[in-house]
Amino acid sequence: MNMKRDYYEDINLFHSKTVIFWFAVLILFLVLYPFLFKNYYIYVANYIAINIIVATGLNILVGYTGLISLGHAGFFCLGAYGTVILMVKAHIPFLIALPLSSLFAGLFGFLIGLPALRLEGPYLSIATLAFGLTITQVVGKLDFFGGREGLHTSKLLIGNLHIDSDRDFYCLLIPITIIMIFIARNIVRTRVGRAFIAIRDAEIAAETIGVNVMLYKTLAFAISAFYTGVAGGLYAFVLRFIEPQLFSQMMSIMFLAMVVVGGIGSTFGSIAGAILLTLLDLELRNILSIPYLGKFLESLSKNFFSITGVSNIQFIVFGFIIIFIMLFEPLGMFGIWIRIKKYWKTWPF
Amino acid sequence: MSFFKVENISISFGGVKALNEIAFEVNKGEIFSIIGPNGSGKTTLFNCISGIYKPTNGKILFNESNIMGKNPHNIAKLGIARTFQNIELFPYMNTMENLMIGRHIYMKTGIFRAAFMLGRKSFAAKEESFHREKVEEIMELLDLQSFRNRFVGGLPYGVQKRIELGRALALEPKILLLDEPCAGMTSDEKEDMIFLVQDILEILGVTILLIEHDMKVVMDISNRILAINFGSPIVIGKPQVVQNHPEVLKAYLGEE
Ligand SMILES: Nc1ncnc2c1ncn2[C@@H]1O[C@H](COP(=O)(O)OP(=O)(O)OP(=O)(O)O)[C@@H](O)[C@H]1O
Ligand SMILES: [Mg+2]
Repeated sequence: MNMKRDYYEDINLFHSKTVIFWFAVLILFLVLYPFLFKNYYIYVANYIAINIIVATGLNILVGYTGLISLGHAGFFCLGAYGTVILMVKAHIPFLIALPLSSLFAGLFGFLIGLPALRLEGPYLSIATLAFGLTITQVVGKLDFFGGREGLHTSKLLIGNLHIDSDRDFYCLLIPITIIMIFIARNIVRTRVGRAFIAIRDAEIAAETIGVNVMLYKTLAFAISAFYTGVAGGLYAFVLRFIEPQLFSQMMSIMFLAMVVVGGIGSTFGSIAGAILLTLLDLELRNILSIPYLGKFLESLSKNFFSITGVSNIQFIVFGFIIIFIMLFEPLGMFGIWIRIKKYWKTWPF
Repeated sequence: MSFFKVENISISFGGVKALNEIAFEVNKGEIFSIIGPNGSGKTTLFNCISGIYKPTNGKILFNESNIMGKNPHNIAKLGIARTFQNIELFPYMNTMENLMIGRHIYMKTGIFRAAFMLGRKSFAAKEESFHREKVEEIMELLDLQSFRNRFVGGLPYGVQKRIELGRALALEPKILLLDEPCAGMTSDEKEDMIFLVQDILEILGVTILLIEHDMKVVMDISNRILAINFGSPIVIGKPQVVQNHPEVLKAYLGEE
């Protein structure tokens, strides 16, 4: 027979010298980044990294498995509050508190995933939306969680190292982000990922070839919730303070937008989407300080909209982005879901 | 002891009886065909066997144990695989990956083992390679190697049909349900497919349940045939017997 194929090549990320080279360049850039840029941009990078973790996890649910969630801010909230409370109230070290609360978020994801087995399309959107809204309500009402006042994070220690500045945190966050991306990629490239894609593209065929559809749908929810929980726990330390209002419905929609804008079902698409929307989110807040446009928008807003209109412009832009995507699908949110499922089937090659 | 047996199953959709007291027995190693005019319930019968539909009564016995009411994935695990009348592939996976789904039940890599796939010595990597080699054998049998890394969504119809067959074979089924494997094929492709089906029976020893409209094909390769019309059985028997049965003739002539 001819030469034996090396099947590991098929699934190995570093299958060629080019990939290794570009990965090395990326790592070098990430190492140099904190020396090249000033503080604010370190903060921006941290914020982007956190959203990348969310988008990567959510993409497993939305992009690979073809399910929808409008409530991932809820899991983000669980991860953030879980980590902070375990640290502040139980004095558990960060490196244990973070995985613990993320697992807790993952467990919640599993539970929220259960109705996903029965619900489809708009009903699933509403169920997940309700979850997202409920979590913030519950957290806001309980004094143990700091109520409406919120909670301050405690000192972040890794062993004896005090992680204090944004730069310190960057050094902790970037490796975690890279590991999370790697894990996601390994999952989607092997057996579990194939099962997810199979469910997305042809659920009946997946079932009849031995894929336990119920198990994998709930698993997709659990994984994405875990990822979002990790990101939430880290986010608490970017802000150093958390309050229920942070985890709003807009946040869930922004998460979903990152995945949809970036390109459904592609890990690198999610990363791109996360970077783009995070930058938009941060930069649009400063729109009033742009010399002429800022003044113009302010007067426009004061004359025709509410006074807060311009300061919330990032939401308006997200709204437009989502509307733009929906234009291709007149059925609205349900249509997005259909798109997710049918996109792959109907796209002409 | 019977290998595979369907005992009086019935199913209705909104008052329409799609299947009415269907009963038959399949011997190990035979090609058993199901014929009937359009809408007579053939695909519905397959859907009942693979667990997609739940019949209202009756039994489906595989190696003497009732599989009726089990979930499709559990039925697959017992070794019952199928193809679909309208191709149901995973268009955004390549041929290799489509066939690898057929190995799903034999693999163990879950999220944790996948997460720790670090280098070729890790469990997940070794398992992947092992099963990809298995799949390669099937690709060779079905002459699919040249499409290995192509997304299946864009491949020609006949190739897609073969890939679907390959996916079912990757499960190493004991029973294979083929729903119109030759539909929409050119006569050359048809001939290839018939040889393939016979190879599968001989080389792999898989028992085959076949739905096919082309009477010549059916009469040539079937050991026995079940004819149904409006969900009800007309006759079971050897090809010559079924071919000349007056009600079968009537069902087909009535249709045309
Ligand atoms: N899920 C369903 N809901 C409602 N009716 C159904 C469903 N599945 C099948 N039927 C009906 O059951 C009958 C049998 O359909 P089936 O697809 O089994 O026919 P068939 O013999 O495979 O036909 P063909 O040769 O055209 O493939 C048809 O009248 C069909 O409309
Ligand atoms: Mg049919």
